[in-house]
Amino acid sequence: MPLSELNPPTPKWGIRFDRPNLKTGLPLQPLMPAGQYIVPLVQKDGSAAEPLLAPGATVLKGQPLVALPTGDQGAAIHAPTSGRVSAIEQHSVPGSGMQRCIFIEADGADQAWSGITPVRNPLDDSPASLLDAIAAAGIVGLGGAMFPTATKLDPGSRIHTLVLNGVECEPRINCDDGLIRDRAGEILAGGQIMLHILGAERCIVAVKADTEVAIECLRAALAELNDARFTLALVPPVYPAGGERQLLQILTGQEIPAGGLPRDIGCICQNVATASAVQRFMHTGEPLTSRIVTITGSGVANAINVEARLGTPIRQLIEFAGGYTTDAVQLIMGGPMMGLPIADDSAPLTKATNCIYVHAQQESAPPSAELACIRCGDCATVCPVALAPQLLLNAQRGDDFEALQDLGLADCIECGCCDYVCPSNIELTSRFRRAKHAEREIEFERLRAATAEERFVARTKRLEREADERRAQSEATDAAGNQAEALQRLLERIAKNDDRQKRE
Amino acid sequence: MMFLSRDAPYWRGADSVSKMMMSVNLALLPVMLVSAWILGLGIIVNAVLACLFCVALEALALRLRGRPALASALDGSALITGLLIALAVPPLTPWWVTAVACLFAIVFAKHLYGGLGYNVFNPAMVGYVVVLVSFPQHIALWPAPNSAPGLVEALQFIGGGAFDSATVDAITAATPLDSIKIQLGQMRTMREIFADPTGTQLAYRDWTWINAAALAGGLWLLRKKVIRWHIPAAMLTTMGLLYMISYAADSAVHMAPTVGLFSGGTMLGAFFVATDPVSAATTERGRLLYGAGIGMLCFVIRKWGAYPDGLAFAVLLMNMAVPLLDRYTQPRIYGHGRG
Repeated sequence: MPLSELNPPTPKWGIRFDRPNLKTGLPLQPLMPAGQYIVPLVQKDGSAAEPLLAPGATVLKGQPLVALPTGDQGAAIHAPTSGRVSAIEQHSVPGSGMQRCIFIEADGADQAWSGITPVRNPLDDSPASLLDAIAAAGIVGLGGAMFPTATKLDPGSRIHTLVLNGVECEPRINCDDGLIRDRAGEILAGGQIMLHILGAERCIVAVKADTEVAIECLRAALAELNDARFTLALVPPVYPAGGERQLLQILTGQEIPAGGLPRDIGCICQNVATASAVQRFMHTGEPLTSRIVTITGSGVANAINVEARLGTPIRQLIEFAGGYTTDAVQLIMGGPMMGLPIADDSAPLTKATNCIYVHAQQESAPPSAELACIRCGDCATVCPVALAPQLLLNAQRGDDFEALQDLGLADCIECGCCDYVCPSNIELTSRFRRAKHAEREIEFERLRAATAEERFVARTKRLEREADERRAQSEATDAAGNQAEALQRLLERIAKNDDRQKRE
Repeated sequence: MMFLSRDAPYWRGADSVSKMMMSVNLALLPVMLVSAWILGLGIIVNAVLACLFCVALEALALRLRGRPALASALDGSALITGLLIALAVPPLTPWWVTAVACLFAIVFAKHLYGGLGYNVFNPAMVGYVVVLVSFPQHIALWPAPNSAPGLVEALQFIGGGAFDSATVDAITAATPLDSIKIQLGQMRTMREIFADPTGTQLAYRDWTWINAAALAGGLWLLRKKVIRWHIPAAMLTTMGLLYMISYAADSAVHMAPTVGLFSGGTMLGAFFVATDPVSAATTERGRLLYGAGIGMLCFVIRKWGAYPDGLAFAVLLMNMAVPLLDRYTQPRIYGHGRG
């Protein structure tokens, strides 16, 4: 059977970087599980899961550390290796600030917990039980979104297309490339399980058109799989084609409605690493305790892909890559376009960390002075959501929130393309990020004022009503001439009123 | 180890305003050289003077406004203004007329509005229009075809030496657009106007070369992606269509489209003036409308107006429409309904 392949057109937006990619190669084998692991308890929605264990307890690799969260945004968390819980305290977590973390001192034995059994034939199993298994395995979107996979695979509406996203969103991030080259078959098998759960008809495996080796690996794996539902899509290597919304636009020609989700156009995107984790769990019963991460950038000795246990301190990963260069100045979680600054390299590797990027002095753009915008419009040409950053900038400078809203500030994905092309060195993305924050604050203030007004009006009405009642009642009691009873009632009312005020 | 906490994105491209401006200056070289070859070395003298005036005024204005003067004055934008003024005024224009044009361009049109990036009107065109309406007799000193004055003679004119009208008549002549306008007013037909091989015909051939050189520089800028195609394409298409329609209606009293497109400042305007990003519309559809508007106004002014070439006025009029164009030509944002 001939392989079905797609060559979607190059989008009008985006950037083709002319900086050569650093060779990272196949994922290097796991770092030895020695030393200290730091497992954050923070969930996708910012809440912290409750630990099941107290300091001093011994744990085995893969043992659940928290009760299975019930919320849509929660995911199970497992011990990355065997050892002893040494502490549960606050520590810095990349992208989440200070968070409660479980510290585990590894015993070096890496002994596995036997509490989870593999799912022998997932394709014969019911979708509901597979979803439960995926939730128990703690699998979340490994592209960086960290959205619980079981929740995403249960969209509640008909899905026709599953997209396995292997188009790394940012330049220099190669962890998916490394994974595809190493485990293409595992990814496709995971895709089959997801298709089964979703009841979807087809699966598009999307990779960057310039990753020749990965493409060959996928072609071979697809030929072996021989499943007519699968299509290989070679996506033009344009940044940010790997973003979910942008990728779906390239593949289907359709846009996800503003405020909507891919399921609104019958699609679901899953990262290739997520598919691989699903298959791995079904096959071996191994929950999500490691991931492949790219260590790269001009501030680190070697660019590598490494499969590392979650909770490994970033410093150890850097050392594994040969250490910092002498001119390393900035540590970033994610890529050079959208990554988050990390203040402290003792922070752990999380499920969301696809890349650790170290910036060296000479590559890190000197803070050259911003010049005036000359309205060249290059920013609008590259914007993947078709905003006009040059006009947003004007509105932002004037704190004109109405104009910012009209111009679609909320639709900005903060990809940084506008910054990259701006000849005047204007930090557009930063400004838009700040404007979004300010806008949220203003909205919050507005809501608060509205609620306060509502409460005030209600209170005034209530006081008036009570005054009326009092007057009517005192007239009635005066008529009855029963002073003692009136006094009694008055006291009761005062007590009741006090009580109510206290409750409020 | 302490790490920086700067925000994403961490990479920046290599584009810069001064690189863009310098590319534009470079792209003006062909039209400058061809003009010097055809119209004499006076234009080079004017260009040097205008550039000196513009850069000096830019530095002065920046200094008065308390901005870093030197680096910004050399960003290349003042040079473009100088070169455009030198190309717009005749090569024999007295130095002080050029200086007035530069003063109005840099100080009034540019810095009183806030400097680079904030000017509503194209500075060079403001400067040119001020001297065009103020000193019409000096702005008519175009050398006659095939008699480009030498450097010494040009310097005498530029130095402001007084000339008797006989000398002036001998050495200067109307530009093709001007002579066509005058002769049409004298009820002559286009065929008659172009009959004399040493008159309008010859002058038109010269101006075709100048326009071709501007076109070449403009195409290079397009290729380098310093400018984008929307404005020049819309402007030239609109003008071409209007010339075609009028020519088809009555070829005896209307220019052929080629004459209209390759005369006066058409190509210079399309690629170097209308494309000034600061004073042009900034959305794609806005730029198409902006270019089309300039093309149409230019045609209208040439045909019915008092001036032979309406380009500068057309650009300034469309500059005023820019906020409106930007407002109503926003692209449809991803994920939002069509319409």
